[in-house]
Amino acid sequence: MQIGQSADLSVFAGFTPEQTITIGKEMRNLVANIANGVFSPLEGFMGESDYLSVIDQMRLESDVPWTIPVLLPISDQVRLTTRDEALLADQQGTPVAVIECGETFEISKKEYAMKVFGTEDGAHPGVSKVYEGSSRVMSGKLKAVARNDYGKFADRTLSPEETRLLFRERGWNTIVAFQTRNAPHINHEYLQKSALALVDGLFVNPVLGKKKSGDFTDEVILATYQALIDNYYPKGSVVLSVLHYEMQYAGPKEAIMHAIMRKNFGCTHITIGRDHAGVGTYYGPYAAQEIFKEFPDLGITPFFFREFYYCKKCGGIATERTCPHGEDERLNFSGTKLRKMFADGQMPPKEFMRPEVAQVIAQSKAPFVE
Amino acid sequence: MLPTKYTTVSIPQTLHARLEALISGKTGFKSVSDYVTFVLREVVAMHETSHVPEAFTSSDIEEIKNRLKALGYL
Repeated sequence: MQIGQSADLSVFAGFTPEQTITIGKEMRNLVANIANGVFSPLEGFMGESDYLSVIDQMRLESDVPWTIPVLLPISDQVRLTTRDEALLADQQGTPVAVIECGETFEISKKEYAMKVFGTEDGAHPGVSKVYEGSSRVMSGKLKAVARNDYGKFADRTLSPEETRLLFRERGWNTIVAFQTRNAPHINHEYLQKSALALVDGLFVNPVLGKKKSGDFTDEVILATYQALIDNYYPKGSVVLSVLHYEMQYAGPKEAIMHAIMRKNFGCTHITIGRDHAGVGTYYGPYAAQEIFKEFPDLGITPFFFREFYYCKKCGGIATERTCPHGEDERLNFSGTKLRKMFADGQMPPKEFMRPEVAQVIAQSKAPFVE
Repeated sequence: MLPTKYTTVSIPQTLHARLEALISGKTGFKSVSDYVTFVLREVVAMHETSHVPEAFTSSDIEEIKNRLKALGYL
């Protein structure tokens, strides 16, 4: 389902401050994703029965698999009622969308945290966001959506409609999605190529959005992937397009949402590796693979991979399924070690990162978020 | 918590017995109902994905292809 995005700004005129809800950048991207069909079959923000069904059953009321609620938090000052029309506007007052208001209801933040994230710990970034937000939420169907400004990433932001047609034009029947929020190192490349060997095409879909200190910048993620694809992938075998989405770090439940979104982009498969969408030690290393057993009707097939690493004894990239040697033979680089290397003007070894990718990072003035 | 809504579907007792034997042991299904729900969701999904209507009009296709060409994807 795709809601038409309107270039006609008159539909957004005439709303009073009482009829206007201010939203942030990440919510603006969420609205655009709903409108574009990334969150199909959703047509707006969830009502209470869908919300409860999602947190308790991991399904919408319609039985469609869904694991993380999509909610519109509102302040106590909002006094809109069902069937009112309201304007969603950004903090500069720029119109984002018109919604038909639904029901207003309260969520229990602790219940949400435990059922979606598996923890009430406020140190978890997704839980923290829930605790900081309003417990008062409103359902609403999108009626009109302004074209979203993706800035310098507009030319690398394809909608599901565009990727589906692109895959069809390329003659691809099977497409594997690779979700990432990092610059690529060789382990990523091997995982992608292991999957690409089994399908017609690879959809590399980096997530751009809110960052933590030490993350790669969005510009570096895109530039490094372009360098990798240009130098190491057969021409025409990869589609690189970004997804503007705020990571929830919900581990297994977010892995399912990532699969649903990529299915909506037209992918038939998705790679799920170690600790997909996880953070810290909240989730078991392969819990995000286990959860797929609950969803025989997801509509997209997961490719499960164990962790890739460079084995000095094997002399190449391997996983515990293909390599009999111990951990002392493995080359591993933490994000912290990698950042220090670049800060010290050193290049990582070619066993870990392709030189063309490392060069992009080294030449960037500020490759990491401060 | 919202009470889960269920309805009753009848199957022959002999089939129920076969399914009980099938899932006993280490399959991970707690009941015949769980197993039947799992299998039927799989069947429904197969039918839903095999009957997807054409999403694009011809003018949609032209417009999208032009953008994809301009961006270097086609």
